Amino acid sequence: MSLRPVRARSSVELAPQDGAAVHIALRGVAQTYPARAGHPPVQALAPIDFDFRQGEFVSVVGPSGCGKTTLLEIVAGLVRPTQGSVTVNGQAVTGSVAEGIGVVFQEDASFPWLNVRDNVAFGLRRAGLDAAEIARRVDDALSFMGLTAFHSAYPSQLSGGMRQRVCIARTLVLRPQIILLDEPFGALDQQTRLLMGEELLRLWRATGATVMLITHALDEAALLSDRVAVMSARPGRLIDVIPTGWPRERDSALVAEPEFGAFTARLWAMLREESRKALGTT
Amino acid sequence: MSRVRLWQLGLVAGAVVLLEVLCRTGVINSFTMVPPTQMFAALAQAALHKTWFWPDVSYTLINIAAAVAISVVGGFLIGLGVHAIPRLRQALDPIFTSYYAVPTFILYPLLIVFCGIGPLSLIVMGALFGIVAMIVATLAALDRIPRVMLKVAKVSRLDPVRTTLLLKLPAAAPHLMTGLRLAVAYSIIGIIAGEFILSTAGIGRRVALSYNNFDNPTMYGLLVLILGFAAGVNALLGAFEQALHRRWYRPS
Repeated sequence: MSLRPVRARSSVELAPQDGAAVHIALRGVAQTYPARAGHPPVQALAPIDFDFRQGEFVSVVGPSGCGKTTLLEIVAGLVRPTQGSVTVNGQAVTGSVAEGIGVVFQEDASFPWLNVRDNVAFGLRRAGLDAAEIARRVDDALSFMGLTAFHSAYPSQLSGGMRQRVCIARTLVLRPQIILLDEPFGALDQQTRLLMGEELLRLWRATGATVMLITHALDEAALLSDRVAVMSARPGRLIDVIPTGWPRERDSALVAEPEFGAFTARLWAMLREESRKALGTT
Repeated sequence: MSRVRLWQLGLVAGAVVLLEVLCRTGVINSFTMVPPTQMFAALAQAALHKTWFWPDVSYTLINIAAAVAISVVGGFLIGLGVHAIPRLRQALDPIFTSYYAVPTFILYPLLIVFCGIGPLSLIVMGALFGIVAMIVATLAALDRIPRVMLKVAKVSRLDPVRTTLLLKLPAAAPHLMTGLRLAVAYSIIGIIAGEFILSTAGIGRRVALSYNNFDNPTMYGLLVLILGFAAGVNALLGAFEQALHRRWYRPS
């Protein structure tokens, strides 16, 4: 694998530089939660401008509570921002989820009343695909998620990590154009995370989807992404967006490269102070 | 069978044997209570030889089924509606909380005036008894649906009806079962009590007739039938509720 050196950037990169079409555009997106029960209003996100180019993989890292999940939910259309606008393919997102968006949540969202196969097929059945196509896609998804042997098991019979894989499969079988992932691998062990990451990269390359990944794991962000957006402590704002410079064809062997270590160290150097602020130790 | 279950069965069997002994030895006189064996014999006699038995049983069962259906379906739909409007819920919460402190049964004469002496009055009475338990259980069950499920519904672009049928209803099912069990129990009470006071047919009415005619064996036999039916239905629903909990939640 040949690696390009990591390019140093000190300012936030608003738009992609290679001329690729903008898929998702955020303009002045901010979120303030109103005062409740004696508590003052909470500004979760400071105004954010950012463009996701078509088919790129962007990770968002930042200290706990910096508004990463809020940002993802705004992009998804689940939360309406108190300021600013989001457009997907030039169409404004107005408080509902646009077609072609798939979201994997941090929490276990598997349906306990359905077995693994029916969980994965849930969205496909709503989409009105024929039974043979549904069966084919579900079999593929179960296979790459390592769930084939558990196809008739119910979520209560699976570990937390396996249930999260069910949720990932349920989203990916729909082949969304935009995949939003909120710490999807948080419940998985390190080895499985690496393998799932590789599968995600394979799927991303195959489908050409635009991916937004929220993660706490800096190595995961560094490995999977074309660009990594670094957020400050609350109120979250983008303090930098760093292109990784990795080739599109990449896998977990990248972690052995010196450039990978340098990139991860750079992310941590940026986040260290922000994490201290979030913890209130500065 | 678990040790606890064996103890429970042993306690019931012991109480029945004790009652039999007390009645047979005259400690409890026969005008007050008849021995359990005589109750069962009278019940069997009525089931096999009395022409009123099966029509009265089916009359009561149909009325109970109708009242339960109205309570459960109506209670769930009203619960859904109230849950969707927080201000309405705030206004109604005190009424739901104190509902069972009010003797709803005083409305029965009014129901007879409006609906006549017949199944309609009884069904409405039974439904009035059961519906609020189902509404309260529905509100609690909807509160307990993980928020992420509702996000999945939005991402799946489900309309409100599909969200209810495909996600909210199954996600809330284990907690709705509590309401179902209570609605069944309250509906049975409402129907039997209504029949007992004023009705043209039904097991409750037959209990009242047996009581008035000093036919203690038949009266107690019918009471055993009602108790057995209520306990049996409750046990079945309880087993189903436990099965749902096992399926829905990981064993800790």
